[in-house]
Amino acid sequence: MRGGSPLANLSRAKEPFRFVSQVHLKELTGLKARKLSELAYHLKTVNGSVIYYHTHHFLQQHQFLSPEPPNDFAYWVTEALQNKKLGEKLSSINICQFTSIRALREKLVAVIENDLAGGKQDRAFAGEGEEFHFIKAVSFAFPVPYAAFDLKEFSDVLRKITIHSIYYHVFEARIRLEKPSNDFSLWMEKELGEAELAQKISRLDPYTYTMEGLRAKIIRLIETRLSEGEAL
Amino acid sequence: MPYRLDDYVSIVGAQVIDELRLIAEKAKGLTVQNVNSTAVGGGVAEILNRMVPFLQELGINAKWDVIKGGEKFYKVTKKFHNALHGSREEITPEDFTVFLETGEMNCKAMELEGDILFIHDPQPITLINQKDRKNAKWIWRCHIDVSNPDQRVWSFLRPFIDRYDTAVFSAPSFSQELPIRQFLISPSIDPLSDKNKELSDDTIEKVLERFKIDLEKPIVTQISRFDYLKDPLGVIEAFELVERNIDCQLILAGGEATDDPESVEVLAKVRERAARNPNIHVLAIPSGSDIEINAIQRASTVIIQKSVKEGFGLTVSEALWKGKPTVASAVGGITLQVSHKYSGLLCHSIEGAAHAVKQLLQNPEYARKLGENGREHIRQNFLLTRHLRDYILLFLSLQRSGDVIQL
Repeated sequence: MRGGSPLANLSRAKEPFRFVSQVHLKELTGLKARKLSELAYHLKTVNGSVIYYHTHHFLQQHQFLSPEPPNDFAYWVTEALQNKKLGEKLSSINICQFTSIRALREKLVAVIENDLAGGKQDRAFAGEGEEFHFIKAVSFAFPVPYAAFDLKEFSDVLRKITIHSIYYHVFEARIRLEKPSNDFSLWMEKELGEAELAQKISRLDPYTYTMEGLRAKIIRLIETRLSEGEAL
Repeated sequence: MPYRLDDYVSIVGAQVIDELRLIAEKAKGLTVQNVNSTAVGGGVAEILNRMVPFLQELGINAKWDVIKGGEKFYKVTKKFHNALHGSREEITPEDFTVFLETGEMNCKAMELEGDILFIHDPQPITLINQKDRKNAKWIWRCHIDVSNPDQRVWSFLRPFIDRYDTAVFSAPSFSQELPIRQFLISPSIDPLSDKNKELSDDTIEKVLERFKIDLEKPIVTQISRFDYLKDPLGVIEAFELVERNIDCQLILAGGEATDDPESVEVLAKVRERAARNPNIHVLAIPSGSDIEINAIQRASTVIIQKSVKEGFGLTVSEALWKGKPTVASAVGGITLQVSHKYSGLLCHSIEGAAHAVKQLLQNPEYARKLGENGREHIRQNFLLTRHLRDYILLFLSLQRSGDVIQL
């Protein structure tokens, strides 16, 4: 620590960041696909919460897998249909660049239909028991008893909340609630005037981290900023 | 002494328990009446025995009642159970009459009270006939694999199912196109139960010595009932393919079901087949030998679950929770528990199973990594704390609409 009031140069918000957490219940649709054309057919018509589930549940359920394919479509096409080329294309869709489920759906359908265009790929059938089952995410968001007025408090809370809370503010807020950025960046910029830090967090591709890795990365970015504040 | 939620903090973390309490706060005071067909024995009773006290601890007024039925009724429901699993059963018109008559009797004898009536499995399904006179939400919880049901039984049950507000299944492949909402809630294991708790090396060694298992040789194990659907003979074939290259031993261990003629027949065949090979240990142990099963799982090098069909296959979760590299058939709920090459290896044939077991025995580092991943996967998704959370969310979903619910 340097000086008597090391963090005095960092702002304090009028409106604190109030942390929210979220958990899912999985709703079954009864719809299934055994081959690629069926997958494409249902992808066009299913509820957006179905697309959301299959492109995001891996993040919370299989934390240790990252940076493995984060979406079920890629996994199924690779493992059940043995179409590794298409699997790779689907897994490399940069979900981070989409700001709505609608746009993500269009991209998924376009990639699959492009593959189907030759008419050769639809011969592969999933074996019995390996069909693709469409599942819908029902999200429940609820406030947790934590709030932060400045970056120090923010990083302290970030250490103790669950990954579900981080998930809510980073993923759910952006793609499902269609906000222009993640909640953390929006608050830091608006309430603390921390545009650069907000930009750094916003630029992260959260899909390539595990949730714990993402927590650690954001904390590191904030701590770097805090140590800059101390140096001033 | 019964466990409290605080006992799970060291396993899942304080945050998870805190969140569970926050969510439960929203369901506080709800009366949830569970009904099933038996108070003891069987998976459903085991789940309710654990869940009801925890729901109560969380402030939910959870109750549990059991329907009554005679021998004839339970014979019919056993046939229904098998038929819903896809087995061929002789079902007569009289069977349907017996089922309806007992249902009617229970409907008259049990006056259900509660905000939510939580009916488990087909036996008490006709209680839905009380729906019109109750201001309650009705859930039908199906614990059975109905992915390929006998259509006579399924069509008979459908008019009852369709009148519920919501149905719950254990695996995606069990869902059917229904006019009501359906949720996926997987079963879970209790990490503090005798079957899953940590054991000392001493306890493990004593169990193995009792069963005359060589402690020095790698152990491949399948834990299951002696049932054709668990393919114990296929496991022996796979093991013998492995044994050509690697010196190891096989344990086939499971509960002894002397009242089930099929189980007796399968066990006899397995024993006959295994008699030729001194490296195969067939252990028919009394049901309830949870510490023994736990010790065998913990002593194993690789665990296999080569089922042909599987309701959910919680033995896979048990193995993964113990950090064991696991090879399992890609059937039923197993695919939810094992992500191929990440938290275990999936197989589709005897040869595939043998190849996977060899890979794990010969690559201990790889096997260790899969086991570690598997344990984390179970921690996040298949422990009873998650199960409890899903049930509370289910109760809350009945009172709210939409896909994004602000509590």
